[in-house]
Amino acid sequence: MNQFTISGSPHIHGEESVSKIMYTVVLALLPAVLVSAYFFGLDAIRVLFIAVISCMFFEWVIQKYIIKGPITITDGSAVVAGMLLAFNVPSNLPWWILVIGALATIGIAKMSFGGLGRNPFNPALVGRVFMLISFPVQMTSWPIAKPVFAEGLTDAITGPTALGLLKEGVDAGKTIDQILADPAMPDYIDRITGNMSGSLGEMSAIALIIGGLFMIWRKVINWQVPFSIIFTVFVFAGIFHLIDPTMYIEPTFHLFAGGLMLGAIFMATDMVTSPMTISGKLVFGVGIGLITIIIRFWGAYPEGISFAILIMNAFVPLINNSFKPKRFGVKAVSK
Amino acid sequence: MKSLKTFKIGGVHPEENKRSANAPIQILPFPKQAIIPLGQNLGAPSKPLVKRGDEVKTGQLIAGGESFIAANLHSPFTGKVSKIDNFLDSSGYRRPAIVIDVQEEDIWEDGIDTSGTIKREITADRKTIIDTIKSCGIVGLGGATFPTHVKMMVPDGKKAEYLIINGVECEPYLTSDHRLMLEKGQELLIGIQILMKALDVEKAIVGIENNKRDAINHLTELAAGFERIQIQPLKVKYPQGGEKQLIKATVNREVPSGKLPIEVGCVVSNVGTAFAVYEAVQKNKPLIERIVTVTGKAVKKPSNFKVRVGTPVQQLIDAAEGLPENTGKIINGGPMMGKAIMSTEVPVVKGTSGILLMKQEESRRKTALNCIRCSKCTSVCPMGLEPYLLLKLVKLERYEDGMKERIMDCIECGSCQFTCPSNLPLLDYLKLGKQRAGQIIRSRK
Repeated sequence: MNQFTISGSPHIHGEESVSKIMYTVVLALLPAVLVSAYFFGLDAIRVLFIAVISCMFFEWVIQKYIIKGPITITDGSAVVAGMLLAFNVPSNLPWWILVIGALATIGIAKMSFGGLGRNPFNPALVGRVFMLISFPVQMTSWPIAKPVFAEGLTDAITGPTALGLLKEGVDAGKTIDQILADPAMPDYIDRITGNMSGSLGEMSAIALIIGGLFMIWRKVINWQVPFSIIFTVFVFAGIFHLIDPTMYIEPTFHLFAGGLMLGAIFMATDMVTSPMTISGKLVFGVGIGLITIIIRFWGAYPEGISFAILIMNAFVPLINNSFKPKRFGVKAVSK
Repeated sequence: MKSLKTFKIGGVHPEENKRSANAPIQILPFPKQAIIPLGQNLGAPSKPLVKRGDEVKTGQLIAGGESFIAANLHSPFTGKVSKIDNFLDSSGYRRPAIVIDVQEEDIWEDGIDTSGTIKREITADRKTIIDTIKSCGIVGLGGATFPTHVKMMVPDGKKAEYLIINGVECEPYLTSDHRLMLEKGQELLIGIQILMKALDVEKAIVGIENNKRDAINHLTELAAGFERIQIQPLKVKYPQGGEKQLIKATVNREVPSGKLPIEVGCVVSNVGTAFAVYEAVQKNKPLIERIVTVTGKAVKKPSNFKVRVGTPVQQLIDAAEGLPENTGKIINGGPMMGKAIMSTEVPVVKGTSGILLMKQEESRRKTALNCIRCSKCTSVCPMGLEPYLLLKLVKLERYEDGMKERIMDCIECGSCQFTCPSNLPLLDYLKLGKQRAGQIIRSRK
């Protein structure tokens, strides 16, 4: 007699899977990878390669020898973590620092909580902040972008980032006009296209936005988190700019300088560490935007989005408890 | 093009796979032996009125519904009661059923009009209609099998404004309602008018998803000859056939949590039910047969059959040119909400809308992984619940908290599990949680 499978409904499954989602993110990161390869050449590829391979390696070692469970390094999540980690560092970072960063990313931030889906904090950001605090010099010496086909420039010239220049200038009591007049300050077009110094992934806002739109189209992220971060940063920085234009730079500077786009589009939208409901995602984004600007204006670091995301990650359970989806048939008013 | 009406919260769009949409309804040959389960409707099972050895005619009352939510059962065949015993049914349990040795020629019970002439004029009054619906054992044929006469009795203080007819058929694969609308449109609309009279409503709206353009056009044409019946095309979205979703889609009203549609002045009935009501009231014919789709990716001849209740599933599969060799699962109903059955000996009952044969490789679930908190389950839930959270609460046996998170609102549509990238058995846990929470609620009373 035939034996038939008995299982509960539904008997069909959509085509969605964890690895599909992860590799969609990898695809979305590619435009930014190309931009960083263009500006930093083989260095960029080297950093990406080391970060991805170390993340996959540590995940494999931990799963095989410590957890002794199934090996999931091919699900794409370690690849994404590695790529994002690489995106957060300067292209001349010594390889051993990167490997330590990967260990913090996978070992501390991801696997110690039980692996994919269980980590409260964004693993790549934990890795980045770990490296930033442990190796502040190496993590903040930024090579100047040198387009692959440009002539004349030699390797290994470092310079401050746009945000770094701004911070130093403001701290030294210069006005915004004086800071912008500094020849080291990248102009507007350079800031949007990525022709400036900075970490691998924060170079080109346009490449990041293309990736973001791709992910929204593929339904891997919602628009709420990036939109609310960008909107909050623009409004909050804009208010201060209106109050005192000599002290506070115009708000679009904050949108295109530093890691804001990278953070808003690729870091804060990490499924595991962001809220579950639409309203919760908006609140989360507003919080990140506010904390980012507070750190950029008044904090010790020129850049604040990594800390802002990690801080808001900690609030996610609270947000999930407080912001529920719109329930069907609750407080419904019939017309 | 202006956007079509639909419900607002959640929903998914599984592959439609309506392979049998163009297969006209065929009459299935009688089986040698029929098994008629006594518990075919929601509520209490019927009590047998015949005993072993009795001769029965087609349409003869063989089991009665005694309690409030119960339904009569009639013999679908002429023949002899060979035993009353426990038999495997689609629930997977062995339950009481009447077995009839079928004789080839139908001898109908007196007073049943078996002619094909369409009787348009409705002479029965309100009370007679409801009594006839009750005596003919009509239950909701959409799958829930709720006794229709109970639905027709509007509680005091409530008023039905709209009768909403469910021709959505949002389940993939199934086409029985589609074919019925195409082939029995006239009778269906008369049935709707009978229900309108019984409920004393001003207006009836027939909701049909836009993937059945032919049915929409056909019924719109016919409805011109009927007063106050509106045919409403709807955007294709699962689970639009859910009662609450359909009311939202057609008249934009939200049934409050835990309440029935009558709360917002609506009564919902399936197209199959409306057709059965026509046959009962105009022809005095009890509910003994229905349209069943037999389909699946490997089925040679996807078909729609008019089947007498009690016919073993094997008979339908044979008529669709046999069980494909690599069949791994047989589903009674659609792929989203249907039940897997253990054997092809299980009989067709009033609630059987389709038999879906799935290939071996489609039959097994994929390995469940960690929840990655993607929130897809939350965004597709048509009731605005958080399935990921409910799964966790049920796992921890925190049923009280599950109730606070509205687990009882779950309509078991399966959209969450369908969409979960980690292949989590969300609906399994939700069903378990609902059952446990139900026990807690009952124990408080």
